[in-house]
Amino acid sequence: MVTIVDYGIGNLRSVEKAFHAVGAEVLRTDDPDTIGQAERLVLPGVGAFGACINEIRSREVEEAIHHAIDGGVPFLGVCVGMQLLFQEGLEHGTHRGLGLLPGQVVHFHKAENGAAANLKVPHMGWNVLTPTRSSRLLDGLDEGGEPYVYFVHSYHAVADDEADVLATSTYGHTFPAVVQRDNVFGVQFHPEKSQYHGLRILENFTQL
Amino acid sequence: MLAKRIIPCLDVDQGRVVKGINFVDIRDAGDPVEQARTYDAAGADELVFLDITATHEGRDIMHDVVRRTADQIFIPLTVGGGLRTVDDMRAMLHAGADKVAINSAAVKDPDVITRGAEAFGAQCIVVAIDAKRTGPEKWEVFVHGGRKNTGMDAIEWAVEAEKRGAGELLITSMDRDGTKDGYDNELLTRITDRVRIPVIASGGAGTLEHLRDGLEVGGASAVLAASIFHFREYSVGEAKQFLRDAGIPVRPS
Repeated sequence: MVTIVDYGIGNLRSVEKAFHAVGAEVLRTDDPDTIGQAERLVLPGVGAFGACINEIRSREVEEAIHHAIDGGVPFLGVCVGMQLLFQEGLEHGTHRGLGLLPGQVVHFHKAENGAAANLKVPHMGWNVLTPTRSSRLLDGLDEGGEPYVYFVHSYHAVADDEADVLATSTYGHTFPAVVQRDNVFGVQFHPEKSQYHGLRILENFTQL
Repeated sequence: MLAKRIIPCLDVDQGRVVKGINFVDIRDAGDPVEQARTYDAAGADELVFLDITATHEGRDIMHDVVRRTADQIFIPLTVGGGLRTVDDMRAMLHAGADKVAINSAAVKDPDVITRGAEAFGAQCIVVAIDAKRTGPEKWEVFVHGGRKNTGMDAIEWAVEAEKRGAGELLITSMDRDGTKDGYDNELLTRITDRVRIPVIASGGAGTLEHLRDGLEVGGASAVLAASIFHFREYSVGEAKQFLRDAGIPVRPS
């Protein structure tokens, strides 16, 4: 059973359908007790970093998320849900994230490592994943051709600890596309919109 | 490297595809869900449904079509046509659209772009602009399916739409639409030079060279095409192979 944290941000139907497509049962909830006892937890997110984290805090699910993660359940943050894993987001002000990974979330035009000023933002469309180390989440990614996945984001993570990065992608500069620390995973792209490779990653997650 | 996108567009009226593919392996060529699945399997990078139904019943049918499509395809789906309010956008996004395209409503009330972007994120608000050349180096914005000239400058409106929170622009040349003479790359260049959001080229694609030129000359991030795919002149796979051979990054189909 995959539990999706449903905190009122965006439409979770496509994430749910994608898990169904790989044979998983899905439960959507914002109930802290249910989240705290999940077997596998998925944190989606669309829109702004601050709006997402505020919604999570106002529903008092933050503690439940930490509780589940401390208990060792596989956890997957998707898009802004991945960004929230970091300490700080710099979208419309500075916002404190879940603090599970050291680092910040910055705008493509503001990154320190020399992003082109004329870069079209959002980074929108299909881009290639380059794995930096092996992981069960990315198992079989080399099957089915080059691993293109669908991104839509204007901000990206800058990880302080390179060991947390599982795969990168490049747009203007190289940024973390998949992160992992122990049982905590995050993907910047939308696996539910990434056809074969996206579904493969979700399937891998259900088998961790 | 970010791939350039190929986006087939389907016109849907009362739940049926108006201009559609005539694939032999399709059971019901008028069913948008089945056509969407075919394009998904063929390697299309996204899909656009343009709802040309004017009635309320038609809108309910469209929600159902979008819902059934979103259940079966795992690539992004944009829906446009007749969306006026933030509530209209919400209903379509909840049905399963990943992005909504707004056109006349944004011209009438530009603030709806901002309200939509604040409610759902800029990434799912596409502003569609129908532009017609009205003089040398001058293009004006037309609305209501191209019937009404607003007198607005198309390039300035594109810049304004970005400022107000659009995440993407869909630029259709009314002069080229249906002609198969190629995209209006001059118009596209003017706009892609001025904005920092992705631009989808639309109107006029008749050959694979046109797709290439829209991306290379026009500076578009994606090309929208209807008839060249629907009438099986080219497959999405052939288009991608051609672009790849021309040195343009595309996702393999």
